[in-house]
Amino acid sequence: MTSTGAVLALRAAPRGERVMRGAAETSDESLLARVAGGDEAALAELYDRFGRVAYGLALRVLRDERLAEDAVQEAFLAIWRQAASYRPDRAKAQTWVLTLVHRRAVDLVRREERRRTDVLEPELEPAGGSAAEAAETRDRRVAVQRALAQLPEEQRRPIELAYYGGFTQSELADRLGEPLGTVKSRMFTGLSRLRELLEESGQEEERWNEPEFTS
Amino acid sequence: MERTGIHELSAAYALDALSADEREEFEEHLAHCTECKETVAAFHDTAASLAHGVEAPKPPPELRARILDEARGERENVVALRPRWALRATGAVAAVAAVAAIAFGIWAASLHNQLGDRPEAFRLEGASGQLVLTPDGDAALIVNDLAPAPAGKTYEAWVIEGETPKPAGTFAGGETQTAFALTRTVPDGATVAVTIEPAGGSESPTGDVQFSASGA
Repeated sequence: MTSTGAVLALRAAPRGERVMRGAAETSDESLLARVAGGDEAALAELYDRFGRVAYGLALRVLRDERLAEDAVQEAFLAIWRQAASYRPDRAKAQTWVLTLVHRRAVDLVRREERRRTDVLEPELEPAGGSAAEAAETRDRRVAVQRALAQLPEEQRRPIELAYYGGFTQSELADRLGEPLGTVKSRMFTGLSRLRELLEESGQEEERWNEPEFTS
Repeated sequence: MERTGIHELSAAYALDALSADEREEFEEHLAHCTECKETVAAFHDTAASLAHGVEAPKPPPELRARILDEARGERENVVALRPRWALRATGAVAAVAAVAAIAFGIWAASLHNQLGDRPEAFRLEGASGQLVLTPDGDAALIVNDLAPAPAGKTYEAWVIEGETPKPAGTFAGGETQTAFALTRTVPDGATVAVTIEPAGGSESPTGDVQFSASGA
Protein backbone atom coordinates (compact mmCIF):
# COMPACT_ATOMS: atom_id res chain seq x y z
CA MET A 1 0.00 0.00 0.00
CA THR A 2 1.44 3.30 -0.95
CA SER A 3 -1.60 5.42 -1.70
CA THR A 4 -5.26 5.91 -1.07
CA GLY A 5 -5.94 3.17 -3.60
CA ALA A 6 -5.43 0.50 -0.99
CA VAL A 7 -7.54 2.42 1.47
CA LEU A 8 -10.37 2.63 -0.98
CA ALA A 9 -10.11 -1.07 -1.69
CA LEU A 10 -10.27 -1.67 2.02
CA ARG A 11 -13.40 0.44 2.24
CA ALA A 12 -15.25 -1.48 -0.42
CA ALA A 13 -17.59 -3.55 1.68
CA PRO A 14 -18.69 -6.61 -0.30
CA ARG A 15 -16.13 -9.32 -0.36
CA GLY A 16 -16.08 -12.74 -1.95
CA GLU A 17 -18.81 -14.90 -0.62
CA ARG A 18 -19.31 -18.57 -0.35
CA VAL A 19 -22.81 -19.93 -0.56
CA MET A 20 -23.09 -22.41 2.24
CA ARG A 21 -26.81 -22.88 2.43
CA GLY A 22 -29.40 -23.26 -0.26
CA ALA A 23 -28.97 -20.86 -3.12
CA ALA A 24 -32.26 -19.16 -2.27
CA GLU A 25 -31.08 -18.22 1.19
CA THR A 26 -28.52 -15.52 1.80
CA SER A 27 -25.28 -17.08 2.99
CA ASP A 28 -24.02 -16.16 6.43
CA GLU A 29 -20.99 -14.65 4.73
CA SER A 30 -22.90 -12.26 2.51
CA LEU A 31 -25.11 -11.39 5.46
CA LEU A 32 -22.00 -10.37 7.34
CA ALA A 33 -20.86 -8.29 4.37
CA ARG A 34 -24.17 -6.44 4.57
CA VAL A 35 -23.67 -5.93 8.29
CA ALA A 36 -20.28 -4.42 7.46
CA GLY A 37 -22.09 -1.95 5.24
CA GLY A 38 -24.23 -0.84 8.18
CA ASP A 39 -27.38 -2.77 7.20
CA GLU A 40 -29.52 -3.08 10.34
CA ALA A 41 -31.84 -5.65 8.81
CA ALA A 42 -28.82 -7.84 8.12
CA LEU A 43 -27.75 -7.55 11.75
CA ALA A 44 -31.26 -8.57 12.83
CA GLU A 45 -31.14 -11.55 10.50
CA LEU A 46 -27.71 -12.52 11.78
CA TYR A 47 -29.03 -12.37 15.33
CA ASP A 48 -32.02 -14.50 14.35
CA ARG A 49 -29.65 -17.12 12.97
CA PHE A 50 -27.11 -17.17 15.78
CA GLY A 51 -28.62 -15.34 18.75
CA ARG A 52 -29.96 -18.47 20.35
CA VAL A 53 -26.85 -20.60 20.04
CA ALA A 54 -24.82 -17.58 21.17
CA TYR A 55 -27.01 -17.11 24.22
CA GLY A 56 -26.91 -20.82 25.03
CA LEU A 57 -23.14 -20.80 24.83
CA ALA A 58 -22.76 -17.65 26.92
CA LEU A 59 -25.18 -19.02 29.50
CA ARG A 60 -23.26 -22.27 29.70
CA VAL A 61 -19.98 -20.44 30.30
CA LEU A 62 -21.33 -17.71 32.58
CA ARG A 63 -24.15 -19.57 34.31
CA ASP A 64 -26.00 -16.34 34.90
CA GLU A 65 -28.72 -15.03 32.63
CA ARG A 66 -27.90 -11.37 33.03
CA LEU A 67 -24.20 -11.89 32.35
CA ALA A 68 -25.00 -14.13 29.40
CA GLU A 69 -27.18 -11.39 27.93
CA ASP A 70 -24.35 -8.89 28.46
CA ALA A 71 -21.88 -11.15 26.68
CA VAL A 72 -24.20 -11.70 23.72
CA GLN A 73 -24.99 -8.01 23.49
CA GLU A 74 -21.32 -7.02 23.61
CA ALA A 75 -20.48 -9.64 21.03
CA PHE A 76 -23.18 -8.57 18.58
CA LEU A 77 -22.26 -4.93 18.93
CA ALA A 78 -18.64 -5.90 18.32
CA ILE A 79 -19.84 -7.71 15.21
CA TRP A 80 -21.74 -4.58 14.17
CA ARG A 81 -18.63 -2.46 14.54
CA GLN A 82 -16.02 -4.92 13.31
CA ALA A 83 -17.81 -6.76 10.51
CA ALA A 84 -15.60 -4.95 8.00
CA SER A 85 -12.60 -6.76 9.44
CA TYR A 86 -14.16 -10.17 8.83
CA ARG A 87 -12.26 -12.09 6.15
CA PRO A 88 -14.39 -14.74 4.42
CA ASP A 89 -11.27 -16.42 3.07
CA ARG A 90 -10.09 -17.08 6.61
CA ALA A 91 -13.17 -18.28 8.45
CA LYS A 92 -16.79 -19.21 8.06
CA ALA A 93 -19.05 -16.40 9.20
CA GLN A 94 -20.57 -18.66 11.79
CA THR A 95 -17.17 -19.50 13.22
CA TRP A 96 -16.24 -15.83 13.36
CA VAL A 97 -19.46 -14.91 15.16
CA LEU A 98 -19.30 -17.73 17.68
CA THR A 99 -15.60 -17.17 18.30
CA LEU A 100 -16.39 -13.56 19.24
CA VAL A 101 -19.25 -14.64 21.49
CA HIS A 102 -17.10 -17.25 23.22
CA ARG A 103 -14.22 -14.85 23.73
CA ARG A 104 -16.55 -12.29 25.35
CA ALA A 105 -18.13 -14.91 27.58
CA VAL A 106 -14.75 -16.25 28.70
CA ASP A 107 -13.33 -12.78 29.33
CA LEU A 108 -16.43 -11.95 31.35
CA VAL A 109 -16.42 -15.14 33.40
CA ARG A 110 -12.78 -14.60 34.28
CA ARG A 111 -13.46 -11.04 35.27
CA GLU A 112 -16.46 -11.98 37.34
CA GLU A 113 -14.77 -15.06 38.76
CA ARG A 114 -18.04 -16.80 38.58
CA ARG A 115 -16.83 -20.21 37.66
CA ARG A 116 -18.00 -22.97 39.89
CA THR A 117 -16.88 -26.47 40.50
CA ASP A 118 -19.89 -28.14 38.93
CA VAL A 119 -19.22 -26.53 35.58
CA LEU A 120 -19.70 -29.67 33.57
CA GLU A 121 -23.30 -30.13 34.57
CA PRO A 122 -25.61 -27.85 32.64
CA GLU A 123 -27.47 -26.02 35.36
CA LEU A 124 -30.21 -24.38 33.39
CA GLU A 125 -31.68 -27.26 31.48
CA PRO A 126 -34.67 -25.63 29.86
CA ALA A 127 -37.92 -27.39 30.59
CA GLY A 128 -39.59 -28.20 27.31
CA GLY A 129 -36.60 -26.74 25.50
CA SER A 130 -36.32 -29.79 23.34
CA ALA A 131 -39.84 -29.40 22.08
CA ALA A 132 -39.26 -25.75 21.30
CA GLU A 133 -36.07 -26.18 19.33
CA ALA A 134 -35.96 -27.05 15.69
CA ALA A 135 -35.27 -30.65 14.79
CA GLU A 136 -32.07 -29.74 12.97
CA THR A 137 -30.81 -27.85 16.02
CA ARG A 138 -31.47 -30.86 18.21
CA ASP A 139 -29.88 -33.26 15.73
CA ARG A 140 -26.82 -31.08 15.56
CA ARG A 141 -26.55 -30.85 19.33
CA VAL A 142 -26.88 -34.61 19.69
CA ALA A 143 -24.20 -35.15 17.04
CA VAL A 144 -21.77 -32.81 18.78
CA GLN A 145 -22.41 -34.39 22.17
CA ARG A 146 -22.01 -37.81 20.64
CA ALA A 147 -18.68 -36.87 19.08
CA LEU A 148 -17.49 -35.44 22.40
CA ALA A 149 -18.53 -38.59 24.20
CA GLN A 150 -16.34 -40.63 21.89
CA LEU A 151 -13.21 -38.86 23.06
CA PRO A 152 -11.18 -40.55 25.76
CA GLU A 153 -12.03 -39.06 29.14
CA GLU A 154 -8.58 -37.49 29.59
CA GLN A 155 -9.00 -35.55 26.33
CA ARG A 156 -12.66 -34.71 26.71
CA ARG A 157 -12.44 -33.20 30.19
CA PRO A 158 -9.88 -30.48 29.52
CA ILE A 159 -11.70 -29.52 26.32
CA GLU A 160 -15.04 -29.27 28.08
CA LEU A 161 -13.61 -27.43 31.06
CA ALA A 162 -11.80 -24.99 28.80
CA TYR A 163 -14.59 -24.31 26.34
CA TYR A 164 -17.65 -24.53 28.56
CA GLY A 165 -15.99 -23.46 31.79
CA GLY A 166 -13.62 -20.74 30.65
CA PHE A 167 -10.67 -22.19 32.53
CA THR A 168 -7.13 -21.38 31.42
CA GLN A 169 -4.76 -24.21 30.67
CA SER A 170 -2.83 -23.53 33.88
CA GLU A 171 -6.03 -23.68 35.90
CA LEU A 172 -6.86 -26.92 34.13
CA ALA A 173 -3.50 -28.40 35.04
CA ASP A 174 -4.12 -27.56 38.70
CA ARG A 175 -7.64 -28.79 38.61
CA LEU A 176 -6.88 -32.03 36.84
CA GLY A 177 -3.66 -32.63 38.75
CA GLU A 178 -1.68 -33.05 35.53
CA PRO A 179 1.46 -31.31 34.30
CA LEU A 180 0.73 -28.34 32.04
CA GLY A 181 2.48 -30.02 29.11
CA THR A 182 0.18 -33.01 29.41
CA VAL A 183 -2.90 -30.83 29.44
CA LYS A 184 -1.70 -28.94 26.37
CA SER A 185 -1.04 -32.06 24.34
CA ARG A 186 -4.30 -33.71 25.40
CA MET A 187 -6.25 -30.66 24.32
CA PHE A 188 -4.41 -30.68 21.01
CA THR A 189 -4.90 -34.39 20.39
CA GLY A 190 -8.49 -34.25 21.62
CA LEU A 191 -9.47 -31.30 19.46
CA SER A 192 -7.86 -32.92 16.40
CA ARG A 193 -9.78 -36.10 17.07
CA LEU A 194 -12.99 -34.19 17.71
CA ARG A 195 -12.59 -32.49 14.38
CA GLU A 196 -12.30 -35.87 12.65
CA LEU A 197 -15.35 -37.19 14.48
CA LEU A 198 -17.41 -34.14 13.55
CA GLU A 199 -16.32 -34.42 9.95
CA GLU A 200 -17.37 -38.05 9.93
CA SER A 201 -20.75 -37.17 11.36
CA GLY A 202 -21.13 -34.40 8.78
CA GLN A 203 -21.20 -31.59 11.34
CA GLU A 204 -17.99 -29.84 10.55
CA GLU A 205 -18.80 -28.90 6.99
CA GLU A 206 -22.30 -27.65 7.56
CA ARG A 207 -24.02 -30.58 5.92
CA TRP A 208 -26.64 -30.40 8.57
CA ASN A 209 -29.70 -30.86 6.46
CA GLU A 210 -28.87 -34.54 6.26
CA PRO A 211 -27.32 -35.49 9.56
CA GLU A 212 -25.78 -38.91 9.62
CA PHE A 213 -25.01 -40.71 12.80
CA THR A 214 -23.30 -43.68 11.31
CA SER A 215 -19.94 -43.07 12.91
CA MET B 1 9.24 -22.14 24.38
CA GLU B 2 10.23 -24.80 21.90
CA ARG B 3 8.61 -25.10 18.55
CA THR B 4 6.34 -28.07 19.19
CA GLY B 5 5.24 -26.44 22.42
CA ILE B 6 4.01 -23.32 20.80
CA HIS B 7 2.32 -25.16 17.93
CA GLU B 8 0.42 -27.21 20.43
CA LEU B 9 -0.99 -24.01 21.87
CA SER B 10 -3.21 -23.59 18.81
CA ALA B 11 -5.74 -25.90 20.49
CA ALA B 12 -5.75 -24.00 23.76
CA TYR B 13 -5.93 -20.75 21.80
CA ALA B 14 -8.97 -21.85 19.80
CA LEU B 15 -10.66 -23.01 23.00
CA ASP B 16 -9.87 -19.64 24.65
CA ALA B 17 -7.89 -21.52 27.29
CA LEU B 18 -4.93 -19.14 27.30
CA SER B 19 -4.43 -16.43 29.87
CA ALA B 20 -4.26 -12.86 28.54
CA ASP B 21 -0.44 -12.93 28.51
CA GLU B 22 -0.24 -16.34 26.88
CA ARG B 23 -2.81 -15.26 24.30
CA GLU B 24 -0.77 -12.20 23.44
CA GLU B 25 2.42 -14.22 23.14
CA PHE B 26 0.73 -16.80 20.96
CA GLU B 27 -0.79 -14.15 18.70
CA GLU B 28 2.69 -12.75 18.10
CA HIS B 29 3.77 -16.19 17.00
CA LEU B 30 0.58 -16.68 14.99
CA ALA B 31 1.19 -13.52 12.99
CA HIS B 32 4.05 -15.20 11.14
CA CYS B 33 3.40 -18.93 11.39
CA THR B 34 1.38 -20.21 8.45
CA GLU B 35 1.11 -23.68 9.92
CA CYS B 36 -0.41 -22.40 13.16
CA LYS B 37 -2.76 -20.10 11.26
CA GLU B 38 -4.18 -23.07 9.41
CA THR B 39 -4.44 -25.19 12.52
CA VAL B 40 -6.12 -22.39 14.45
CA ALA B 41 -8.61 -21.81 11.61
CA ALA B 42 -9.56 -25.49 11.66
CA PHE B 43 -9.72 -25.61 15.46
CA HIS B 44 -11.88 -22.50 15.58
CA ASP B 45 -14.41 -24.32 13.39
CA THR B 46 -14.33 -27.27 15.74
CA ALA B 47 -14.68 -25.03 18.79
CA ALA B 48 -17.63 -23.27 17.16
CA SER B 49 -19.24 -26.68 16.69
CA LEU B 50 -18.96 -27.18 20.44
CA ALA B 51 -21.25 -24.17 20.82
CA HIS B 52 -23.93 -26.23 19.10
CA GLY B 53 -23.50 -28.98 21.67
CA VAL B 54 -25.24 -26.87 24.30
CA GLU B 55 -28.98 -27.04 24.74
CA ALA B 56 -29.84 -23.39 24.30
CA PRO B 57 -32.95 -21.86 25.82
CA LYS B 58 -34.48 -19.00 23.88
CA PRO B 59 -32.87 -15.71 24.83
CA PRO B 60 -35.29 -13.12 26.21
CA PRO B 61 -36.88 -11.11 23.37
CA GLU B 62 -35.70 -7.87 24.99
CA LEU B 63 -32.13 -8.89 24.22
CA ARG B 64 -32.73 -8.76 20.48
CA ALA B 65 -34.47 -5.41 20.81
CA ARG B 66 -31.69 -4.03 22.97
CA ILE B 67 -28.95 -5.06 20.55
CA LEU B 68 -30.78 -3.64 17.55
CA ASP B 69 -31.65 -0.42 19.38
CA GLU B 70 -28.09 0.12 20.41
CA ALA B 71 -26.79 -0.66 16.92
CA ARG B 72 -29.33 1.73 15.47
CA GLY B 73 -28.29 4.35 18.01
CA GLU B 74 -24.74 4.20 16.74
CA ARG B 75 -26.09 4.41 13.22
CA GLU B 76 -28.34 7.39 13.86
CA ASN B 77 -25.29 9.35 14.81
CA VAL B 78 -24.10 9.16 11.25
CA VAL B 79 -23.98 12.54 9.61
CA ALA B 80 -25.42 11.97 6.17
CA LEU B 81 -24.06 15.02 4.43
CA ARG B 82 -20.46 14.42 5.31
CA PRO B 83 -18.52 11.22 5.78
CA ARG B 84 -20.35 7.96 5.91
CA TRP B 85 -19.14 7.06 9.35
CA ALA B 86 -18.96 10.44 10.97
CA LEU B 87 -20.68 10.68 14.29
CA ARG B 88 -22.07 13.80 15.84
CA ALA B 89 -20.66 14.87 19.15
CA THR B 90 -23.24 13.02 21.15
CA GLY B 91 -22.69 11.43 24.51
CA ALA B 92 -20.93 8.53 22.87
CA VAL B 93 -18.42 10.75 21.16
CA ALA B 94 -17.94 12.81 24.27
CA ALA B 95 -17.11 9.56 26.05
CA VAL B 96 -14.56 8.63 23.40
CA ALA B 97 -13.10 12.11 23.53
CA ALA B 98 -12.91 11.78 27.30
CA VAL B 99 -10.93 8.57 26.91
CA ALA B 100 -8.54 10.38 24.60
CA ALA B 101 -8.33 13.21 27.09
CA ILE B 102 -7.51 10.88 29.94
CA ALA B 103 -4.94 9.04 27.86
CA PHE B 104 -3.21 12.29 27.00
CA GLY B 105 -3.01 14.67 29.89
CA ILE B 106 -1.76 17.37 27.59
CA TRP B 107 -4.88 17.01 25.58
CA ALA B 108 -7.31 17.09 28.41
CA ALA B 109 -7.78 20.84 28.60
CA SER B 110 -8.11 21.51 24.91
CA LEU B 111 -10.41 18.58 24.28
CA HIS B 112 -12.57 19.53 27.17
CA ASN B 113 -12.87 23.04 25.86
CA GLN B 114 -13.56 21.87 22.37
CA LEU B 115 -16.32 19.45 23.26
CA GLY B 116 -18.73 22.31 22.78
CA ASP B 117 -17.21 22.87 19.36
CA ARG B 118 -18.12 19.34 18.38
CA PRO B 119 -15.08 17.26 17.78
CA GLU B 120 -16.16 14.59 15.37
CA ALA B 121 -15.60 10.88 15.61
CA PHE B 122 -15.14 8.81 12.50
CA ARG B 123 -15.71 5.12 12.62
CA LEU B 124 -12.65 3.07 11.73
CA GLU B 125 -12.80 0.62 8.89
CA GLY B 126 -10.95 -2.60 9.50
CA ALA B 127 -10.87 -2.27 13.28
CA SER B 128 -13.19 -1.39 16.10
CA GLY B 129 -12.72 2.17 17.17
CA GLN B 130 -12.79 5.76 16.12
CA LEU B 131 -10.76 8.62 14.85
CA VAL B 132 -11.56 11.68 16.94
CA LEU B 133 -10.97 14.92 15.13
CA THR B 134 -11.12 18.40 16.63
CA PRO B 135 -12.15 21.36 14.49
CA ASP B 136 -8.47 22.38 14.42
CA GLY B 137 -7.50 19.08 12.84
CA ASP B 138 -5.88 17.58 15.94
CA ALA B 139 -6.63 13.90 15.84
CA ALA B 140 -6.52 10.83 18.05
CA LEU B 141 -7.09 7.20 17.21
CA ILE B 142 -9.04 5.18 19.75
CA VAL B 143 -8.83 1.49 18.86
CA ASN B 144 -10.50 -1.31 20.80
CA ASP B 145 -8.79 -4.65 21.36
CA LEU B 146 -5.92 -3.88 19.02
CA ALA B 147 -3.43 -6.75 18.97
CA PRO B 148 0.09 -5.70 19.95
CA ALA B 149 2.38 -4.98 17.02
CA PRO B 150 4.51 -8.07 16.23
CA ALA B 151 8.01 -8.25 17.69
CA GLY B 152 10.34 -5.82 15.94
CA LYS B 153 7.39 -3.98 14.39
CA THR B 154 5.27 -1.00 15.20
CA TYR B 155 1.98 0.45 14.12
CA GLU B 156 2.42 3.65 12.17
CA ALA B 157 -0.28 6.16 11.41
CA TRP B 158 -0.42 8.04 8.10
CA VAL B 159 -2.26 11.10 7.02
CA ILE B 160 -3.06 10.78 3.36
CA GLU B 161 -4.04 13.83 1.42
CA GLY B 162 -3.80 13.39 -2.30
CA GLU B 163 -1.34 10.64 -3.20
CA THR B 164 1.37 10.97 -0.58
CA PRO B 165 0.97 9.44 2.87
CA LYS B 166 2.73 11.47 5.54
CA PRO B 167 3.94 9.75 8.71
CA ALA B 168 1.91 10.68 11.80
CA GLY B 169 3.62 8.72 14.56
CA THR B 170 4.05 5.16 15.77
CA PHE B 171 2.38 3.20 18.57
CA ALA B 172 2.47 -0.31 20.00
CA GLY B 173 -1.18 -1.38 20.40
CA GLY B 174 -1.97 -4.26 22.72
CA GLU B 175 -4.33 -2.37 25.02
CA THR B 176 -8.01 -3.01 25.59
CA GLN B 177 -8.39 0.50 24.33
CA THR B 178 -5.40 1.90 22.52
CA ALA B 179 -5.43 5.69 22.38
CA PHE B 180 -2.93 7.49 20.20
CA ALA B 181 -2.66 11.19 19.41
CA LEU B 182 -1.46 11.74 15.86
CA THR B 183 1.69 13.81 15.54
CA ARG B 184 0.31 15.67 12.56
CA THR B 185 -2.99 17.40 11.94
CA VAL B 186 -5.60 15.93 9.65
CA PRO B 187 -6.96 18.34 7.06
CA ASP B 188 -10.51 18.12 5.77
CA GLY B 189 -10.86 15.39 3.21
CA ALA B 190 -7.75 13.50 4.28
CA THR B 191 -7.64 9.82 5.13
CA VAL B 192 -5.91 8.37 8.15
CA ALA B 193 -4.55 4.88 7.68
CA VAL B 194 -2.47 2.63 9.89
CA THR B 195 0.10 0.11 8.70
CA ILE B 196 2.58 -2.19 10.42
CA GLU B 197 6.15 -1.02 9.91
CA PRO B 198 9.60 -2.03 11.14
CA ALA B 199 10.32 -0.77 14.66
CA GLY B 200 11.05 2.94 14.64
CA GLY B 201 8.65 3.55 11.78
CA SER B 202 9.13 4.27 8.09
CA GLU B 203 9.22 7.43 6.02
CA SER B 204 6.59 6.03 3.69
CA PRO B 205 4.37 3.01 4.27
CA THR B 206 5.70 -0.45 3.40
CA GLY B 207 3.00 -2.59 5.02
CA ASP B 208 -0.65 -3.23 4.21
CA VAL B 209 -3.33 -0.98 5.64
CA GLN B 210 -4.57 -2.46 8.92
CA PHE B 211 -7.42 -0.01 9.37
CA SER B 212 -8.35 3.47 8.28
CA ALA B 213 -10.78 6.31 8.58
CA SER B 214 -11.61 9.15 6.25
CA GLY B 215 -12.03 12.63 7.63
CA ALA B 216 -14.38 13.40 4.75
